[in-house]
Amino acid sequence: MITELGHFALILAFMVAIVQAVVPLIGAEKRWTSWMAVAEPAATLQFLLTAFAFAALTWAFVTSDFSLRLVVLNSHSDKPMLYKITGTWGNHEGSMLLWVLIVTLFGAMAAWFGGNLPPGLRARVLAVQSAVGVAFFAFILFTSNPFLRLAVPPMNGQDLNPLLQDPGLAFHPPFLYLGYVGLSICFSFAVAALIEGRVDAAWGRWVRPWTLAAWVFLTVGIALGSWWAYYELGWGGFWFWDPVENASFMPWLLSAALLHSAIVVEKREALKSWTILLAILAFGFSLIGTFIVRSGLLTSVHAFANDPERGVFILMIMAFFTGGALLLFALRAGAMEAKGVFAPVSREGALVANNVLLAVACFVVFVGTMWPVVAEMAFDRKLTVGPPFFDMAFSPFMVLLGLLLPFGSMMPWKRGQVSRAWAPLKGALILSVALAALVWAIQTERSALGPLGVFMGAWIASGAIIDLWGRTGRGPNRLGRLMRLPRADWGKATAHFGMGVTFFAICGLVAWKQDDIRVVQLGEPFDVAGFTITLDDVQQVQGPNYISTMGFATLEKNGRELTQLRPEKRIYPVAQMATTEAAIDYRFLRDVYVVIGDPQDNGGWVVRTYVKPFANWMWAGTILMSLGGLLSLSDRRFRVAAGAARRVPQGGVPAE
Amino acid sequence: MTGLVRGLLVALVLALAMPALAVQPDEILDDPALEERARELSKGLRCLVCRNESIDESNADLARDLRLLVRERLVAGDTNDEVIDFVVDRYGEYVLLRPRASGSSLLLWAAGPLMLLLAAGVGFGYLRSRAAARPESEADLSAEEKARLARILEE
Repeated sequence: MITELGHFALILAFMVAIVQAVVPLIGAEKRWTSWMAVAEPAATLQFLLTAFAFAALTWAFVTSDFSLRLVVLNSHSDKPMLYKITGTWGNHEGSMLLWVLIVTLFGAMAAWFGGNLPPGLRARVLAVQSAVGVAFFAFILFTSNPFLRLAVPPMNGQDLNPLLQDPGLAFHPPFLYLGYVGLSICFSFAVAALIEGRVDAAWGRWVRPWTLAAWVFLTVGIALGSWWAYYELGWGGFWFWDPVENASFMPWLLSAALLHSAIVVEKREALKSWTILLAILAFGFSLIGTFIVRSGLLTSVHAFANDPERGVFILMIMAFFTGGALLLFALRAGAMEAKGVFAPVSREGALVANNVLLAVACFVVFVGTMWPVVAEMAFDRKLTVGPPFFDMAFSPFMVLLGLLLPFGSMMPWKRGQVSRAWAPLKGALILSVALAALVWAIQTERSALGPLGVFMGAWIASGAIIDLWGRTGRGPNRLGRLMRLPRADWGKATAHFGMGVTFFAICGLVAWKQDDIRVVQLGEPFDVAGFTITLDDVQQVQGPNYISTMGFATLEKNGRELTQLRPEKRIYPVAQMATTEAAIDYRFLRDVYVVIGDPQDNGGWVVRTYVKPFANWMWAGTILMSLGGLLSLSDRRFRVAAGAARRVPQGGVPAE
Repeated sequence: MTGLVRGLLVALVLALAMPALAVQPDEILDDPALEERARELSKGLRCLVCRNESIDESNADLARDLRLLVRERLVAGDTNDEVIDFVVDRYGEYVLLRPRASGSSLLLWAAGPLMLLLAAGVGFGYLRSRAAARPESEADLSAEEKARLARILEE
């Protein structure tokens, strides 16, 4: 019954979405206030209906309703409750429902917080957002309906893929989708502005919080996915340049570019058409990501539900929205004149350089991801583009970006001088070079990567601090002024500092990781990179829906016990799959990562040990970046804008 | 009853092929320098039956065969390039995780630098045009914009 209600709610939401996509758009064109006013309640209603449908599906998973095809395929009555709930989106149909739920959520939020927008723009934004919703409602209802029943329900389900039975599933996809779909609001703003033919500083100010929010969600989502891979896949890799990872990384790069270029629109009324183009492309790449995951065009560890029919449907959605928006852009971009005047050496110039580098880096990732398909179709060459390519082709752009960052962030608007930006950064450069040289001198292997990471990290991070300190001006009580700086300044410094930390951590981890593979006899200690590990025992342990081969190991350093480690291998009988659960001792400066392998004929066990320096710094860096985004998002000027919305009486703003 | 279930489950555990994780201890060469080279080469070779994994990380049997092959060639005295050529001769360039910069793949390698030149050129041209542009003044505002400005200032 609840299932049918959910199904019905989803269809109703589809209908409401169609109305919301059409009526306000006509209203905005004809300036009919009543037609435009349809958008707001429709957005709320659409969200509530979709939320109900999603809740109904979750309920079916929670109660293990095996008359539902989707529940049978992806659940089991023995599965722990957490994974029954998260299993709702651990499959193609459910994750699409989550996707469309977030589309409607953002639409509703734009309606709730969009009180300060001109009515015409708001109506158009909500209509375009709803049009995106219509496409995905249609996709779900016609190709991937989660509410299909089975005529003969089986006694039990086939269980969820064991790799997905992890708390990571609870957070990674929702955050990632919030990011992907958050970009749809920027897209809607861009298309609405193109329809209106008007982009001004106010538009930049409206679109920036949404971009920031989407970027923060994407950052968190990608970092969570990376961390999940790190501890779950069993060898501590954190980034594989897998097509699906790239699919999330490309919108991240473009949204990072977008949130910087929107600053120029907001403050200087320039870069308008480029910002619009970025907003379109950022969401376009989100759609490409969806297409890559769902179509099976590219082989990937993430790809699920490889179905050509669905792939074609998403391709059509992608072609319609991206193509349509780009066509509109080609027709209207000429109308968007820049106003600000500035010299090439200026904050504006630096932000253009930021955008060039981020966009080209995104382009490299895109070409590398698609090249196997292109090469096979156009040149009949079957080849692979893997991590070594991306490491070589992508990293230089990031290094360049990092080198320029402290300069750019110190540049004044309109006209700057290299020498003046340079003066306060001298200390940062000396410090960074000195640290890098020190590290070069003490490291045992002569690899350049570690010192490079130290240099880049120190340069970017100290540059961020100097930038923040420089904002306090001269004279006494600078500390007091530091605390009273706008949150946007703090956000900028925090995010840039976090990027420095991430830079350093990635280089340090890759340069100085150590690993060891060996056959270990029970009770015989062995040494790895200064640590002593003893495998005391191995036992079979029964889990709720798996059987575990659990190692009991002791980790010691200099004769002092640090911790007990419990590496596991699990067998999931229903899903007929095995997983490894690494045991990780997380510490400030390094992780010790232990994995248990196969038993040997002579009674020993294969044990793998990895020492990963600065692994935590990588996650800390991404957390700092997101925190910086949140600080900027809470800046007074956005809060004031939101507060103003409440003060403006309904209909008090004359139509433009 | 539970004993029977347990027994069946244990049998199942044994029957299910446990994944052998990546490099096995018995594969490791005695000479650490050679082993180091083998690991390095393995990271650039693709496991043919896996999705986007190198043979160094893969658990598949075929990846193990390839790892052993690489080590065999190294022990026989091949240089790194000779090993790679040998593997590519057998399995095609599909096996390389880093495509060779030859023929049509030159495009792939050149795409980034070319795009950077292009984008930097366009970006610089834009900046030059902004520097040469006439500064705006309040007189440039349209009537509509003036009304907006007045409204904003009132608030």
